[in-house]
Amino acid sequence: MPDPGQTVLEVRNLKTVFQTRGGEVHAVNDVSFELRPGELLGVVGESGSGKSVTMMSLLKLLPIPPAEIRSGTVKFDGKDLLRVDADTLRAVRGGKIGFVFQDPMTSLNPVFTVGMQLMEPLRKHMGLSKSAARTRARELLELVGIPDAARRLKDYPHQFSGGMRQRVMIAIALACDPKVLIADEPTTALDVTIQAQIIELMKELQERLGMAVIWITHDLGVIAGIADRVLVMYGGQIVEQAPVRELFANPRHPYTAALLKTVPSVRGARADRLTIIEGQPPILNAAPAACPFRDRCERRIERCARENPAREPVGPGHDAACFVAAAEVESAHV
Amino acid sequence: MFDAPATSRKLVEIRDLKMHFPIYKGVFRTRAGAVKAVDGVSFDIYEGETLGLVGESGCGKSTCGRAILRLYDITEGSILMDGVEIGPTPQARLRGMRPKMQMVFQDPQASLNPRMTVQAIIQEPLDEHTTLSAAEKREKVLELMDAVGLNRRFAGRYPHAFSGGQRQRIGIARALALNPRFIVCDEPIAALDVSIQAQVVNLLEDLQRDFGLTYLFISHDLSMVRHIATRVAVMYLGKVVELAGREPLYAEPLHPYTQALLSAVPEADPAMHDDARRIILRGDVPSPANPPQGCNFCTRCPRVMEICRQIDPEYRELRPGRFVACHLYNDDPTTAGATAAPSEATEPQQGE
Repeated sequence: MPDPGQTVLEVRNLKTVFQTRGGEVHAVNDVSFELRPGELLGVVGESGSGKSVTMMSLLKLLPIPPAEIRSGTVKFDGKDLLRVDADTLRAVRGGKIGFVFQDPMTSLNPVFTVGMQLMEPLRKHMGLSKSAARTRARELLELVGIPDAARRLKDYPHQFSGGMRQRVMIAIALACDPKVLIADEPTTALDVTIQAQIIELMKELQERLGMAVIWITHDLGVIAGIADRVLVMYGGQIVEQAPVRELFANPRHPYTAALLKTVPSVRGARADRLTIIEGQPPILNAAPAACPFRDRCERRIERCARENPAREPVGPGHDAACFVAAAEVESAHV
Repeated sequence: MFDAPATSRKLVEIRDLKMHFPIYKGVFRTRAGAVKAVDGVSFDIYEGETLGLVGESGCGKSTCGRAILRLYDITEGSILMDGVEIGPTPQARLRGMRPKMQMVFQDPQASLNPRMTVQAIIQEPLDEHTTLSAAEKREKVLELMDAVGLNRRFAGRYPHAFSGGQRQRIGIARALALNPRFIVCDEPIAALDVSIQAQVVNLLEDLQRDFGLTYLFISHDLSMVRHIATRVAVMYLGKVVELAGREPLYAEPLHPYTQALLSAVPEADPAMHDDARRIILRGDVPSPANPPQGCNFCTRCPRVMEICRQIDPEYRELRPGRFVACHLYNDDPTTAGATAAPSEATEPQQGE
């Protein structure tokens, strides 16, 4: 279970900007969060909300330029990852911090066998000999539930199905016993029955290996099933943060509340009409001077157009960046 | 809502539809086999209803939708569109029927010509199929833009200037241009963000009511299908394994595949995950070029029996309006279903 006192990863005031022909895009605006040992942190948001760019910024996986990490600190293992030299960063990437990407086909190299791709981090980061690396690679494939592992090491990525490829990706990410695993939409490209297999696997592995996981997704259903704590992102900012049950039972930010209502249920009550969020997500062409959700928000007040709200506590372990929600909490205490 | 639309009229009747794509091999391109994308599908679509067609990728649901509109030359089978047989009709003769049956595609980015304005895109079917004057066409385009909630002032813009949800509205307006009766919606919301999906689904529902449309709604999103569909057909590896009214299907799925599929959908409610009885299927979908002997699902079925590996179960009407293709409900041909089925179906299943 997560220990609330400690953190393995601490991100403060992260700002990432892209230079494009149409001007600057402020993809990540002043994002701060921490990851606790052994917890599964869910990050939800729609496309363009900045969830992937945030996580890529942590390890400087973005092409610079056009990307520019304008400010912030990422504390991991006593160091600031945004300010370490290239060698240290390389040792962390794929070593202490593992990454699983959305599309297993494009993130595996098609011309190398799966075995070679699994052994690469083992030899580079852990300095294992070839035969030791091969043994470990086989164990890893067995760990992620790929049958006949010794033989499958010699296969190429195209010889695996989508679900099996994602298992390979997870095995590679786990190769060096990472303290943190960042999974960016790891099941989005998969079918629902295969998604269920991967989720089961990830939960089991997390428990067994005791690592902390950041799981990025746009699927609220997936988050509800796996996360301990959730960050909700909108317009490049974290607009709400809460333990998973608290968030779903008691969403305080109007965006989270609306988002939860737009999703129809398979097992629960069926609404005759879906609730919609009017309008479009914001265009992030300037540093935000106001609440990014104000144009679509049903509860907006005049202040929302003048100031960008900071996250304020609204419940136990729960904070939201909303003037209205914060005011409600205050009035409840008076 | 009506779960047993037996009283309404059948608009589309599909019988034993097959769509096989040949595989060629070697220097001489000899035919080495076929991908049986759709392999003997039969169902009816009633006027004014939305039939949901669900299944995982590669199960043949999109091919099925395209085959029904005869975007392919089908391998075998009969398609009655409003009483007219269009299965074997040559493409040239189908042209006259196209206005009655239209399609909304998955990817609004790929299905709109980037070099045409919105006006030109929506007007194209009118150019092809009507003799309206230029002014009449322009007026009709603007009406359609109103109907799908696009601002008239944007008629001169190009698709790239619109967001995904707005582009999908353009695609819908184009499909509506010729006053069709039947629209195949092929994953119309799959490429859209969650908050935009609901907008498009509500629009489709409004248009159905206002224009008396009949939809075949193809989707892998089981929760959205539960919202929009009147009846639901579940496909697996080229075949319909179960078809039923929306409520009975979601409340009491009969086919083991439907049960597994529904149980795999993560519910957006942490409390529901605790008491969820997940059925985790093992393995992957077999190749449609080389389906297993017997039932297509026998390689992954948690309730597989000896007979399943030998004989392909018949797709039959178990109770009125409730179709299933599974040996579990076939044990006694005379009393099968009505009596034997419910006790079997409610038996709890545990995932592994």
